[in-house]
Amino acid sequence: MILYILSILLFLIGLYGVLVKRNLIKIILGLMIMEYAVNLFFALAGFRQGGTAPILSEDAGSQAVFVDPLPQALVLTAIVIGLGTTALLVSFAVRIYEKYGTFDVRKIRKLHG
Amino acid sequence: MLPFLVPLLILMIFGALVALESRDLLSGIISLGIIGFALTIIFLILQAPDLAIVQIIIETLTLVILIAAVLRTSREDCTESWGMRKAVVAGTGLIFTAVFIWKFIAILPYMPVFGEPQLRMARVYLDSGLTMTGAVNLVAAVILDFRAYDTLGEATVLFTSVAGVVAVLRTVGRKRS
Amino acid sequence: MNGMTLIVKRITQLMMPSIFMLGIYVIVHGHLTPGGGFAGGVLIAGSVVLMVLAFGSEEARSSALKWRASLWESIGIFIFWFLAILGMIQKGPFFANVIQKLYPGSPGQLFSAGMIPLCNLAIGIEVAAALFAIFITLAVMKTGEKQ
Repeated sequence: MILYILSILLFLIGLYGVLVKRNLIKIILGLMIMEYAVNLFFALAGFRQGGTAPILSEDAGSQAVFVDPLPQALVLTAIVIGLGTTALLVSFAVRIYEKYGTFDVRKIRKLHG
Repeated sequence: MLPFLVPLLILMIFGALVALESRDLLSGIISLGIIGFALTIIFLILQAPDLAIVQIIIETLTLVILIAAVLRTSREDCTESWGMRKAVVAGTGLIFTAVFIWKFIAILPYMPVFGEPQLRMARVYLDSGLTMTGAVNLVAAVILDFRAYDTLGEATVLFTSVAGVVAVLRTVGRKRS
Repeated sequence: MNGMTLIVKRITQLMMPSIFMLGIYVIVHGHLTPGGGFAGGVLIAGSVVLMVLAFGSEEARSSALKWRASLWESIGIFIFWFLAILGMIQKGPFFANVIQKLYPGSPGQLFSAGMIPLCNLAIGIEVAAALFAIFITLAVMKTGEKQ
């Protein structure tokens, strides 16, 4: 049970990064930490005590104890989508720096045409 | 190997704090690599080899993209003070965090104990996965036969993000500012 | 972005084919061993990114390779969608595994599990091309340059 509490603590640290930090890159780092924490939480929920990886083999027989394959399938998709999201955010940050000259979110106010 | 999970989680929390509070952006990004690689070891301990392979390569590619972006622009953190806005930001953050923690503590007695999942839907996949699909790797059978629609959605999301990145970072056909 | 020293270039030339072959192995044996389309696809993308990092972006920009990354990505998704429609044409639901019913192999061999290896190949091509396109755009191109 302490494992769940620690992973939610990691999520809250990422949330602190998104809400409080002023630098745009720090906000992106906070989002990535939140994403890692959610993937970790899912993978922890699917573990079975004494189980092995869900791959059938001949020497294991048909009575082997397996871990849950469904959270693993969900997290596999989520990791790759996380990379796509991060790449899009980083490209926005590079563009904003070229227009405004700073990463500070308090100074990015006016719209430049 | 299970007693290693708690120290690895504490290492991840420490790395996250260092990444967010460092003055130099480059050392913050490299601290983020600690979290990713510790997550790979945790996936291996939790008997999920597919996730470990994907996580370590994608962690390396993310670090490369972030370092390339930071080296092109600027490396320092902003160090001015918040001023009057500090009270509003702190207040909003505290209210949000308090509601989140309260709801999580309310849910905690209903969650299954670590190590004994419910397996309500996975019971069918584990018992008759081989006879229904013919694949020995059950995770691949779940992604590509039982839940192939989710994989189609994932491919669409990745395609859209690539289209967005290419569209944002070019100036052909745009007025010079 | 400059290239690296001579030692790094030589070692990269030796290691890149091995990583590439490992990626193809992980994709093709996706239904027998851990891995599958996603893991193999990111491995292939990782090996090509290693080559570009070691030899510098000037070399990559001026080499005679034409980057058809977006074309290959579209081809990968189109094959995946076509396999899904194939199930529907044979009067089953969307994504039905019709090849398993028509040509079942024995489980544990390379030729088994119907549509799953073909879907792994399509997903592998798509993920590798997508990640390579993201890396090229963010790290190699200067903004304002026609791609």
